[in-house]
Amino acid sequence: MSVNYGSKRVVSGAHYGLRDWLAQRVTAALMALFTITLLVQVIFTSGPLGYETWAGIFAAQWMKVLTFVVIVALLYHVWVGMRDIWMDYVKPVGVRLALHVFTLVWLVGCAGWAFSVLWRL
Amino acid sequence: MTELTKKRPEFRNINALSDLPTYRLPAAGWVSILHRVSGALMFLLMPFIIWMFDTSLSSEFSYERFTSAFGAGIGFVPGWFIKLVALALIWAYLHHFIAGVRHLYMDMTHSVTKEFGKSSATVTLVLSIALTVVLGAKLFGLY
Repeated sequence: MSVNYGSKRVVSGAHYGLRDWLAQRVTAALMALFTITLLVQVIFTSGPLGYETWAGIFAAQWMKVLTFVVIVALLYHVWVGMRDIWMDYVKPVGVRLALHVFTLVWLVGCAGWAFSVLWRL
Repeated sequence: MTELTKKRPEFRNINALSDLPTYRLPAAGWVSILHRVSGALMFLLMPFIIWMFDTSLSSEFSYERFTSAFGAGIGFVPGWFIKLVALALIWAYLHHFIAGVRHLYMDMTHSVTKEFGKSSATVTLVLSIALTVVLGAKLFGLY
């Protein structure tokens, strides 16, 4: 049998999942960075954490931009992850398609809600 | 017939209820399946997460609603239940975060030995559960 892996792999037009694999890691690193940034700001506030301080953290323009990017990253990250789960456990094509559509609608809806919160700030 | 060509039992269509509970997973296996479980849990609870994001940030009035949800509850949902869901999210985030950092570290340094897999998986499980207990105690006002 001819070798079809490694450097000998026949590469046709389709991508082989590398883009999603890589995207999941890049978005994960971004979200981890966001988590640490937010934690540092929460930990180093003086006094009890009230509404003013909490909203103040997100009101800063750079934090808004970072949060916006993280929501987009989250969207892509969760899409790749949930798609993996559906592909592993759900075999009937129709059911899988329905679940994919549900996942997309759910995620885009959630992201839209989060964006609107961020915009109003 | 030699030993090798003899018909061996085949296991197909693993039953989730009768077969899966009999499997004994190594630590890395637990980290792996819990990574999925925690991810799926956060996906399903995403509207709740954004509801918290919304009410805690939008105004001082909604902030009040946010904090009282954890005490007096909100609508027909009691406060302890909200706290319990929040605790589940805390665990899911901690596990997913630590297991994710383990993934990234292994990808970057090619640390794929059996020993490292086992030790890092144990650290992931211990750390995520310990931090969940500490934060959970704070959430339920034990200290």
